[in-house]
Amino acid sequence: MERDDLIVNDSYALNAHHSEEQGRAIRKKVYMVTIILSAITAVEVGMGVMFKRSETFTWTAIKWTFIILTLLKAGYIVMSFMHLGEERKNLRNAVIAPYFLFVGYLIFIALTEGASHFGMDLMFH
Amino acid sequence: MSGEASKAISKEVLWEGGRSPFSVSYGKMMMWYFLVSDALTFGGLLVAYGFSRAGSTAAWPIGEQVFRALPGLEGQYPLIYVALMTFILIVSSVTMVLAVEAGHRNNRKEVLKWMAFTIIGGFFFLGSQAWEWSHFIHGSGGSFLLAEDVTITGPDGNAIEMNAGEAVFMDHHFGHLMEMHLDGNPAVTLSGDADHVVLTELGDHPHEAHLHGLTINKYVEGETVLEGEAMATLWEARSENFSFGANLHDSEYAVQQSYSDFFFFITGFHGFHVFSGVIINIVVFFLVLNRVMERRNHYEMVEKVGLYWHFVDLVWVFVFTFFYLI
Repeated sequence: MERDDLIVNDSYALNAHHSEEQGRAIRKKVYMVTIILSAITAVEVGMGVMFKRSETFTWTAIKWTFIILTLLKAGYIVMSFMHLGEERKNLRNAVIAPYFLFVGYLIFIALTEGASHFGMDLMFH
Repeated sequence: MSGEASKAISKEVLWEGGRSPFSVSYGKMMMWYFLVSDALTFGGLLVAYGFSRAGSTAAWPIGEQVFRALPGLEGQYPLIYVALMTFILIVSSVTMVLAVEAGHRNNRKEVLKWMAFTIIGGFFFLGSQAWEWSHFIHGSGGSFLLAEDVTITGPDGNAIEMNAGEAVFMDHHFGHLMEMHLDGNPAVTLSGDADHVVLTELGDHPHEAHLHGLTINKYVEGETVLEGEAMATLWEARSENFSFGANLHDSEYAVQQSYSDFFFFITGFHGFHVFSGVIINIVVFFLVLNRVMERRNHYEMVEKVGLYWHFVDLVWVFVFTFFYLI
């Protein structure tokens, strides 16, 4: 079978070239993402300064807002700046799936242990 | 940018061998795998921080109370300096994307320009971090622990109970001289009692620091400055246990030593990544300058260091949230 999809000499990089016109569109997108990232950071700092830590629902909501905004920022950096969004789905999954699996488990187990440690400390201190 | 990855190839052919099923070069794929493993390391560090914090019954210091100084300025600017560092890193990440983009157009001059900006941004970040470390290590006034339980009257007339072992904080001038005094510097003498405590540094230009006020709960919520009688009560109840700034076995910021240790380890490990990133960027800058990429006819090396550089920015985004904000 004649194959026309083979790339020889490890030169996948050669296929990444783009024209001046495509470059302009890409740069426009890069500037957009820059503005979004800066705006999110500004909002985070503003919220951090404005709201006081307490055992209230408001603070819990703010904490989760921070986490969601951070994941959003991370998404923009990984998908746009690191071009993972433009890679093949296989590569994308090979990078993201194991990470979320392991770190998700680690977060769960460490916070469970931490909470238990907290309770023991209160009880036997 | 899309390049080879966006080309439609049937599944059978894609996995048949003879080509990379991810449609990326070996080097780029390995850079991604390295970044996954490195991200797990940072994830482990931040989760360990979360574990210490969740398991701690004593109050944990909060970012906007600890990090609120700006170089050369008096006053309090909570989180502004850290926000500035974040912004520097984001901008240097942007200049890196622009370098990669220029590489895809085989525009050597632009690659050089944007890489130079990226390197400068990296140095700015490292410099900022050096200042922040120095400020963190020197502290702002220091603290002493109480030797006995005391009850004092707060500024608004309410009674505040303080237990032995709780920390009380001094102001910057007084703390500075107190540290010299405790170090056994013969030029510094302590005189006065109750609310007229004076430290005098003798020399060509004698220099005095009066105890004007003491602060409780400085690095946690509800910071209160106490003067007069309450201040005198706290001063009289002091123990020998003074802390100035932070190092690996002592810290004015928290009773838990782990707080400062995590600061040093997490920001230090990240700073080391930034430092290596700057070095690798400089190496690649010179490769581009010497037309190595031009001879290869592609700038994938710029893309690979770019991945590493963005990763450093990505980690900082998480450090910023989990160490400073929350």
